[in-house]
Amino acid sequence: MDKKNKNNIIQKPCSRRTFLKGATAGLASLALPAGNADASVWEAFFQKHFKEMDDDEIQSVIKRLQKEYADNYGVNFNIKNTKPLEGTLFGYGLDLSRCIGCRRCVYACVKENNQSVQPQIHWITVLRFKKGEKYVSNFEESEAYYAPKEVPEEGHFYMPIQCQQCENPPCVKVCPTQATWKERDGIVVVDYNWCIGCRYCMAACPYGARHFNWGKPNRSREEYNTETHYLGNRPRYKGVVEKCTFCIQRTREGKYPACVEICPVGARKFGNLLDPNSEIRYCIENKRVFRLKEDLNTSPKFYYFFAD
Amino acid sequence: MLNVLQPVKNFFVTVKFLTKGSKWYYGWLAFLLFFIVFGIISYIRQLDQGMILTHMRDQVSWGMYISNFTFLVGVAAAAVLLVIPAYLYNFKPIKEIVLFGEMLAITAIVMCLLFIMADLGRPDRAWHILPIIGAMNFPNSLLAWDVVVLNGYLTINTIVVFYVLYRLSLGKEYKMSIIWPLVVLSIPWAISIHTVTAFLYNGLSARPFWNASILAPRFIASALCSGPALMLVIFQIIRKVSDIEIADTAIFKIAELIAYAMGINLFLFFAEVFKEFYSGSVHLAPMEYLYFGLHGHSNMVIWMWLALIFNITAFILFLRPKTRENYFTLNLACTLIILGVYIEKGMGLIVPGFIPSTLGEIYEYSPSAVEKSITIGIWAAGAMVFTLLLKFALPVYTGKLRFKTGSE
Ligand code: SF4
Ligand code: SF4
Repeated sequence: MDKKNKNNIIQKPCSRRTFLKGATAGLASLALPAGNADASVWEAFFQKHFKEMDDDEIQSVIKRLQKEYADNYGVNFNIKNTKPLEGTLFGYGLDLSRCIGCRRCVYACVKENNQSVQPQIHWITVLRFKKGEKYVSNFEESEAYYAPKEVPEEGHFYMPIQCQQCENPPCVKVCPTQATWKERDGIVVVDYNWCIGCRYCMAACPYGARHFNWGKPNRSREEYNTETHYLGNRPRYKGVVEKCTFCIQRTREGKYPACVEICPVGARKFGNLLDPNSEIRYCIENKRVFRLKEDLNTSPKFYYFFAD
Repeated sequence: MLNVLQPVKNFFVTVKFLTKGSKWYYGWLAFLLFFIVFGIISYIRQLDQGMILTHMRDQVSWGMYISNFTFLVGVAAAAVLLVIPAYLYNFKPIKEIVLFGEMLAITAIVMCLLFIMADLGRPDRAWHILPIIGAMNFPNSLLAWDVVVLNGYLTINTIVVFYVLYRLSLGKEYKMSIIWPLVVLSIPWAISIHTVTAFLYNGLSARPFWNASILAPRFIASALCSGPALMLVIFQIIRKVSDIEIADTAIFKIAELIAYAMGINLFLFFAEVFKEFYSGSVHLAPMEYLYFGLHGHSNMVIWMWLALIFNITAFILFLRPKTRENYFTLNLACTLIILGVYIEKGMGLIVPGFIPSTLGEIYEYSPSAVEKSITIGIWAAGAMVFTLLLKFALPVYTGKLRFKTGSE
């Protein structure tokens, strides 16, 4: 599509790495007692970048991960690697005049995407504004930790914010290891096995959409969603960055993201921007639309609108 | 005939030499080692439990480690302030000490790399950032650039220092034809490590506090104050504890250069303050937070004013020949500048980039115990590296330590 993105595709062969691998593995076999566990430690250490692997290699990594997860969490995961659908560019819409600030989307997201519960990670932030406050340009007037008895509250409105899946994502541009990139269907993903946890992307994202696993991610065993995608909701590691993926595990199978499905007032819309008959296109063409921080030229594929 | 074993022998002579010293030397090393071990223990805890042991969070995702890294890049780059008069203008008194400046640069870069390792969530994957074996995102990511320029600078300085010491240790003059190209290269390179590090922050449009074109020049100006100030203090210590002669003229010359750099630094600072406060846009928030507090959050205020007072006082002391040529006021000014710039270019630059956060949240950051002890550990490690370098370099320099050449 655009040239810039091509840049992010890794072209280099890895003969040198294979050499390094051989050399170090040789040393390692001297140092470490041989055994399956150790072998998988080394395999994990030398795992290639996602985009450098062919399908077989990915499958063998997935096998290893499934075993690792089963050992660690006592749950069997199904890790898919569904590719982007042709002719699809996902877009998201959010109707601000409908949102009641109930935050069901936040918790549906946590449930669906296996975020850590302790320490807590939320991919969606719902901001509360007093009516009449200036917003959009100045979030300082907002409140992210409101705790009402009942929503919506008189004199307030709400604005959920999550990854905007920028067409021109600064987080991807700055990542020193190409651990994050934009897929063909517009979803910005992170390879959790390649991210070094430098957190440069967090400094670069204008929407506070990236989250870091400051501690070991934890949630109770029964709460795991085992239907996962390699680039999406599979269990994460301590010390890596993660973010919203438009529920890549669902949307690439033709389903709605979990937050869209759960929203009790239907404030959330989702669809294919390239399909002129999609609901999202209808909203963009017929409602008053704006996007966040347009001046930064990130071109979000996340559209806020007011139902008229 | 050339004896191939000689270099190996020399190496062991050096190692043996490094382990021999006075009571004070052992005491100093033990003192440093204590803090290093302390730092290592904290680092292991951080690796084990995760960065949750720091007080960084999603809202403020970089803190003390990156602050120290930023300050130290400045110290490293400051070697140019010696290299230029020494080699380009052949100013004798400084030429005699330029080697120590370059050694300080080596130390500072080593510390920078340690701070980066301390800051990574997954240090075991650090190789991913390397070209060829990893997937370095060059030229898109400024962090990739930083890896290149920092390691390049480290290499240049290491080659120069060790080449000079090597020749001297054999009792030979070093060849200017070998040094010259490296020195010429090292001058723009020093500026580049600084510029690239400034651009690292500068290029993020999400953070208006950093996204000001004045950032890189301000960065360089302040580095040219703090680095040399640190050197001045160290030179005086070297002069005390060894029999190396360091001319007063060299020290005063450097002090004069610091005065100019500080003048520029303060001017750029006021330019920025004017732009922010006069136009008063929403982007003023981080500045307001720093100097006056924001929505009742004012942790940094006292520090920032202290830093400003330190810098201005030091500027006045350095500016007047009378106070800059008096060792008491000179040292006072050096200390003030080091502290002033450490606050301003450390926490005062990194943290407000995140406050308020991109979604308007104010999370007040102050480093945790683990962050502090790792930081102290890395400083101790830096002091250790510099001490060992000096321990070797000083006697070579004065002619006390000479190796036999293999051909004798
Ligand atoms: S919103 Fe942030 S994390 Fe999402 S694509 Fe844009 S810059 Fe990246
Ligand atoms: S934290 Fe991970 S994804 Fe983010 S910039 Fe660093 S390596 Fe890339």
